[in-house]
Parts: sequence; C-alpha cells; structure tokens
Amino acid sequence: MDFNLSNKHEMARTLFKDFAETEVKPLAEEVDETETFPEETVKKMAKYGFLGIPVPKEYGGQGCDPLTYAICVEELAKVCATTAVIVSAHTSLCIDPIMTYGTKEQKEKYLPPLAKGEKLGAFGLTEPGAGTDAQGQQTKAVLDGDEWVLNGSKVFITNGKYADVYIVIAVTGMVEKKGRTMKEISAFIVEKGTPGFSFGTKEKKMGIRGSATYELIFTDCRIPKENLLGQKGKGFGIAMHTLDGGRIGIAAQALGIAGGALNTTVEYVKERKQFGRTISQFQNTQFQLADMATRVQAAQLLVYRAAVAKGNGGHFSTEASMAKLYAAETAMEVTTKAVQLHGGYGYIREYGVERMMRDAKITEIYEGTSEVQRMVIAANLLK
Amino acid sequence: MKIIVCIKQVPDTKGGVQFNPDGTLNRGAMLAIMNPDDKAGLEAALRLKDQYGAEVTVITMGLPKAKDVLVEAMAMGADKSILVTDRMLGGADTWATSTTLAGAIRNLEYDLIITGRQAIDGDTAQVGPQISEHLHIPVISYTQKLEIDGDYVIAQRQYEDRYHIVKAKMPCLITALAELNEPRYMTPGGIFAAYDAEITEFNRQHLIDVDDADLGLKGSPTKIAKASDKVRKGAGEQVNLDPEASVGYILEKLKEKHVI
Repeated sequence: MDFNLSNKHEMARTLFKDFAETEVKPLAEEVDETETFPEETVKKMAKYGFLGIPVPKEYGGQGCDPLTYAICVEELAKVCATTAVIVSAHTSLCIDPIMTYGTKEQKEKYLPPLAKGEKLGAFGLTEPGAGTDAQGQQTKAVLDGDEWVLNGSKVFITNGKYADVYIVIAVTGMVEKKGRTMKEISAFIVEKGTPGFSFGTKEKKMGIRGSATYELIFTDCRIPKENLLGQKGKGFGIAMHTLDGGRIGIAAQALGIAGGALNTTVEYVKERKQFGRTISQFQNTQFQLADMATRVQAAQLLVYRAAVAKGNGGHFSTEASMAKLYAAETAMEVTTKAVQLHGGYGYIREYGVERMMRDAKITEIYEGTSEVQRMVIAANLLK
Repeated sequence: MKIIVCIKQVPDTKGGVQFNPDGTLNRGAMLAIMNPDDKAGLEAALRLKDQYGAEVTVITMGLPKAKDVLVEAMAMGADKSILVTDRMLGGADTWATSTTLAGAIRNLEYDLIITGRQAIDGDTAQVGPQISEHLHIPVISYTQKLEIDGDYVIAQRQYEDRYHIVKAKMPCLITALAELNEPRYMTPGGIFAAYDAEITEFNRQHLIDVDDADLGLKGSPTKIAKASDKVRKGAGEQVNLDPEASVGYILEKLKEKHVI
C-alpha cells in the first residue's frame, strides 16, 4: 500500500496549484463580493484542458483519471470554491453521465465540445418539492412523435444559464413496482436555446456566490427523441450514480476549502502578535492547528481513495459518500476554527477566511446532505 | 522547421537561497524549476510550432533528476527530449557545458536553436553564444521579440535604452529573454503523455567532435576560489532629529567609527 501520489499526479498538482495561485486567487474576493460568474477564468481553464480531465483523448479530453480531476478541484477550492464547483458540476454531473450512459452518437456530439470547454455543462434534478426525496419529481416528459415534450421546473441548478448542455431528470410515466405505483423517471440531454427552455431567478446565496445558481423552466420544451440519456425508466439510477461521482467532486471541493483555510491560518498565526508573542507560540493555537491538519489529512485520504475506486471501475458509492461526509464536515470545522484563530480579523471580509467558512457550508448540503451520505453508508452496511 | 531548445533545471530562488557549509548551493534543499529565460525560449518555440507546425526538441545536460524539466517541457508541448548525462560531465563551467551541448546537437537536424539568455543560478549568459560559436552559426542574443520570414529569423535584440532589429539566416541561434512572452501552462493530459513518452539519453560516446579535455570539471577553465553568502546587514538605528541636530549626530557617529 503506497500513500504517495505518483510523479505524474504530483506534477499535475503543481500545475493546478500554480494556475490557482496565479489566475484564480487574485479574483476570488471580487468574485464573491460582486457575485460574478468568473467567465474569463472558465475560458482559461478550458484552454488548458481543466474542463475535460477524465475524458478519453478520443473525445477531446485529457485522458487522465478521476484522481487527477479531484486534485484539480481541490487545488482550485483552496483559493476559490466558486471556481472549483464550476469544474465539478460540469465534469461530474454533465460529462460523466454522458460518458457512462450516452450512445455513441451522443458521446460524439456532446463530449468533444464539453471536454474542450467550448461548452459548459450542468445537471437538473432538484425541484421545489423534490430535493433529498428525488421520487417527488414533478417535471414531466411526454413522447410526441419524434420529440419529447418537457414541462416543469428545476431549482438550485449550478452553472445555470451559463451552461450550454443540461442533463435533466423528468417523469416519463407511472410503473407498477413491488405492488406499488411509482413514477417512471428518465434522463434527458437538453441544450440551451431550445424553444420552451428558459431560466428563472438567480439565487442569492450565503457562499460560493460567484457560482451561478438558477431555476430552469420548461414550457412545452421539445427535444429530439434521441436526446433520451440511457434507457427510458432508468433515470433514477442514472441520477443516483451520477451523484455518487459528483460527491467525489464536492468532497474534493470541501477538502480544498479546508486545506486553503488551514494554509491561510498557519501563515496568519506566525505573524499575529499578542502579549508580546506570535499567537503560534500559544499551546491553544498549536492544538487547534494540529486538529485541523489531522482532519484535512484524513479527509484527503478518503477523497483520494474514492477517486481511485471510481477510476478502477468498481463500486465506489460508499467510498464517495464517506469522503463527502467527512470532507464536508471537516471543511465546516476547519474554516470555523480558522475564523476563530483569526479573531476579529477573521470576521472581516478582506481576510478571506470568513468567505471560506460561508463556502464550506454548502458542501454539507448539495449533492446529498450529510444526512443522505449517512443513509447511503448505513444502507450499504446493512445490505 | 526543426527547433532545438536548450533548457536547464535550476534551483528556485523564490523561497530564498540555501547554502552548504562550504558556500556552494544546497540544491537538494531547494525546489528545482525550469530556468525562466529557457522557459520563455521554449514558449517561443511552441508558438512557432503552433503557427508553422515546427518540431520542437528540448535538450538538457545534468543529473538524471534533470529529466523532470524535460517532462515539464513535453507537458507544455515539446515533441522530443534529450538528456545529456555522464559522470565525466559533472562540474562543467560554461565552456565545458557549451562544448557538451554542441557535441550533442551535432547529432540532430535543426533550423533554429533557442537558449535562454542566462540561468538564474549562474548568471553568465555565455552558454548560448558559445554553442553558436562551436557550431559556426549566427547568434542573436537578448531576444525580446521574434518573427520568422521565410528562411530568416528577425529578432528584436534588447539593449539598455533601445533595441536593435537583427535579421539572420537559419540555421542560427537566439538567446531568449524572459520578457519575450508569457509561457503557457502544462496541460493535465500533456503531463500524463509526457510521463509515458521516451526520453533519449546521450552520454559521452554520443558527443560528436568533442575532446575529453574540454569536458566536465577537468575541461573547465573557470575555477571557483571561494563562494560565500552575502553578510546580512544589521537592522540599523533610526533617529528622528531636526536637520541641524542630524548633521551633528552623523558627524559624531563618523568620528566614533574613525571614518573622519
């Protein structure tokens, strides 16, 4: 068992870190303050292949593995959680289901522009009445000749409005299952610009404020029959499997937020003086830092293990849920401690750690709350 | 067009310089990076490749660890890489280094050779021009802008308060300034491909038209008598006095130190 990254992964980290420090960090405060989607950064990331890391080269991607992708999200999140989630939602929630469930034609049509970052991706599952309870879907898709007609809405959609390609989950009928009538759920690929597909309000959020979170509205939106993703009626499984992968991205984001807050705090406590000494010389500071660093390290091992498990092609649902649960709670705990160790300055926006604390909270909520992760982990234990 | 870019792995001086007790650089304690001027030279080559479809070969001389810098160059887009390494090449000064690199380059076809102006660990700016002398080709040093016109290179050569526009027929050599461009990043896929790519290794026997007496420490006319770190100045003493009192204070101090 080797806990060291390979040389190629280490070099990839050097690249992501260098890019994050040079291109992303200088904009992070402004992106948060003005709630601006960092379009220029997305273009730069596209240029260097960051939007197609785990996509095979034959589809215009970088041909790397999920671990490299996780390291990318982690390094971006160390300086800007907004930028990290743009990559995560695009890669895990849009590209991944097309790679996994798409037909040859769908892959050939959608993967190259997505992997090259010429187009951005998003994923629509959540509805006003269907968050954790994904069976509560109301959005309907009805086959009419050679077209599916979509009606309904999706909320809290990351990369909304800026994305060009959306994976949309909708109800396509009712089925009998184990003596109960249940909704038949299917997945679709919907392109921006399709008549009947519009955007509602942009959400005002506590954190990741540069990330565009929009409502998607479908009103008699007609999409070609061939835009059904995977088999009809398999949408729920597709959504759940997609979220399993997405959780690795969010876990990596949480890990990065925690790591970034730890780094910032280590630098700060060496500078800040109280009672004639730097606060790093106080045992309380040292103990807090030790706990923070230990949690970050443990979270990193879980995240990397989940990413490697996905790359190996086997089951990774439990690993992904454990990684997300632990990394998200680590992000919250570490950023809270970071603010505390910064004292009054930690509460001031220009110091950055309060942004990290606000950004951390969402990682305990989206792509499955911490409670859902516990349900998944327990369900797999008790099978 | 075939372009050769000479690159060097140097210690990263950003985080401060570390010395061994004997005054030589403690390279092991410092991160190694691609020399900045060389990186600009590589970027210039890659832009020519993007524009004209050139083949870019990077070459470095050093310990096997120097492969890292070749991998980085290939991850940025270089096509081939060569490591020139041999125990007898160690301790080379600029003369022995340029002799070695020229001996290696004689194995290759090229239209243009690009080197960095100078390396941040030696600051001599001699290796590039010396290679051109060994190979009997023209050199344009201190290049801050570069164009290709048919068989010619047109370069802006930087001077302190002006620049010269110099035209040279290829094959020729240019030395690049970091100001020449903003080097691109690697790509993740480029990194993976670079680690799978083959790195050609040259040793002494591959060097053409080279005399052993011109190689390594023995072939280096430069002898370092002594190397030492700069002695740090003390924090000094700050006084706030009116101009007249200041003059008196300074005179007093100068007398105290027997300067006047």
